[in-house]
Amino acid sequence: MEKFVTHTGIAVPLRRSNVDTDQIVPAEYLKRVSRSGFGDGCFAAWRKDPDFVLNNDAYAGSSVLIAGPDFGTGSSREHAVWALQDYGFKAVISSRFADIFRGNSGKGGLVTGQVEQDVIEKIWEKIEAAPGTTVTVNLEERTITCDDIVAEFVIDDYVRWRLMEGLDDIGLTLKHVDSIGEFETTRPAFKPTVA
Amino acid sequence: MGKTLAEKVWDAHVVRRAEGEPDLLYIDLHLVHEVTSPQAFDGLRNSGRTVRRPDLTLLTEDHNVPTLNIDKPIADPVSAEQIRVLRANAEEFGLKIFSLGNVEQGIVHVVGPQLGLTQPGMTVVCGDSHTSTHGAFGALAFGIGTSEVEHVLATQTLPLKPFKTMAITVNGKLPEGVTAKDLILAIIAKIGTGGGQGYVLEYRGEAIRNLSMEARMTICNMSIEGGARAGMIAPDDVTFEYLKGRDRAPQGADWDAAVEYWKTLVTDDDATFDAEVIIEASELAPFVTWGTNPGQGLPLSASVPSPADAHDEVEKVAIERALEYMGLEAGTPLKNIAVDTVFVGSCTNGRIEDLRVVADILKGRKVSESVDMIIVPGSGRVRIQAELEGLDKVFVEAGAEWRQAGCSMCLAMNPDKVAPGERAASTSNRNFEGRQGPGSRTHLVSPQVAAATAVRGTLSSPADLTPVA
Ligand code: SF4
Repeated sequence: MEKFVTHTGIAVPLRRSNVDTDQIVPAEYLKRVSRSGFGDGCFAAWRKDPDFVLNNDAYAGSSVLIAGPDFGTGSSREHAVWALQDYGFKAVISSRFADIFRGNSGKGGLVTGQVEQDVIEKIWEKIEAAPGTTVTVNLEERTITCDDIVAEFVIDDYVRWRLMEGLDDIGLTLKHVDSIGEFETTRPAFKPTVA
Repeated sequence: MGKTLAEKVWDAHVVRRAEGEPDLLYIDLHLVHEVTSPQAFDGLRNSGRTVRRPDLTLLTEDHNVPTLNIDKPIADPVSAEQIRVLRANAEEFGLKIFSLGNVEQGIVHVVGPQLGLTQPGMTVVCGDSHTSTHGAFGALAFGIGTSEVEHVLATQTLPLKPFKTMAITVNGKLPEGVTAKDLILAIIAKIGTGGGQGYVLEYRGEAIRNLSMEARMTICNMSIEGGARAGMIAPDDVTFEYLKGRDRAPQGADWDAAVEYWKTLVTDDDATFDAEVIIEASELAPFVTWGTNPGQGLPLSASVPSPADAHDEVEKVAIERALEYMGLEAGTPLKNIAVDTVFVGSCTNGRIEDLRVVADILKGRKVSESVDMIIVPGSGRVRIQAELEGLDKVFVEAGAEWRQAGCSMCLAMNPDKVAPGERAASTSNRNFEGRQGPGSRTHLVSPQVAAATAVRGTLSSPADLTPVA
């Protein structure tokens, strides 16, 4: 996994609440069996609308999504994270994230920063007034900077550390494989198996 | 201080706890389906890892499978590919799989409970958000993403931060004709689609205790639609009765030991929840959704809301957008809304009990000419049971279609889709834009409302039907 310390890129406003994972990547894209190439499915239904913000050339190459509250609700599909990343997003900023989506993001290396809704509104105004404006997401400092707006965002400490170190979760757990083996010897005999 | 049910189950599974790190939690049962697993198996292969506990891992085909002509090759090449890859992974990693044609095949959340694999006090995960269903047994069960699937395959554990706990107490008795589905839709409308975020919900109170296991599964299933990670109901005699004698339930001395342990799985009197919600069952009525998220629901007797009713700007925009997508006018009585399709099935309401109530209502009646009704059992076993009871005949006589098991029209990854712009009454759990096919419009309903709606052609409850002569 790539390390993430700080990132500067064009921010795009997504003025919608309750953006569920079906919108981030529609179910038809879930049929693939590989991990890459999901960018074309990113907001696929909405991108058919020429007025949709991602179709506005002024935001071309954007890498930070500024979204309304309750981003990533619905299905647990991690493809949503892969789609956002493959499209080019490095970070999503919202006033509230769905838990599973936030968890998946941390594992996949996509930063999710939570700020108050009024910060979102201010950034929206700014980047809509001057499309193409860049923001800086600083994971070390936990700040998002957009021109004169500097706001702290909330992200889990442990996730932040892992993202900054670029560490793979499974490798970390397998350091404790002995504890897992020990735990297994204590499981009650009545627990079922599928065998 | 005492512990809540969720805390008890959590604490019993902690493999490792260290300051500043998530707990490493042991997973008792890992369910796997074809959609969220291929990349996880890919990851294992790439890193040369194996599956730690094949005996605690179960694969089933559900999301993509056709519900017609299951003996023929799957027509959609991508669906066929996902199924092929799941089977190949089962073979390569030595895992148990229930494939199309096997009587145990079916929706992952129907299969686990009906085999008796889901038991109180277990940790159950699956790369699927409706894993919360299994919490009906007093298990801590939650959906995970594909990297977590890979993590569990490789280690049988997950690093996790404890969830917060929320008690949802439903006092009193549900009025006649009000079902578990109505109750959970009303709960979600009350707490909102984000209201449960970060929480494990524990459903408690008289109305919950009076529910069957199937109904409890319907409730826990939709916890995720309220934003929660999981939903739980403390096990009791209803739970034990359901499990006893099932294929994977403990036997003999093991059964006694298990029940003794299971009885300890209740929230202690002096335990505290991080949040509490109280619902009076007697105030509830049949409930349907009118919008594009499961929180946008109202009693069936109400009318389509207006953006002017919104509490804030965000909600106003959400209502406007939902009405536009759904093709609805504010102020229209919900009962005047005509549907094109009725779908009975899914992990929310595709169990035998659901099919029985639908058959009860359809018996001696006809599905309206203007409606296509499809009925899809949650698993091969549910299908066989329904046929043993003759329910299939009732369905077909009424003019409904009786299909093979799978997720089907719940998410329309297989050929079962609601046509663009058409409207469905569906017993599933999600009414998102395009969920049942591109451009589809979904009203979430109980099996009772689904059946009555099929007969009348407009959203209806059984009370609206003329008695069968
Ligand atoms: S029935 Fe629907 S909600 Fe349930 S597992 Fe299948 S697709 Fe998911």
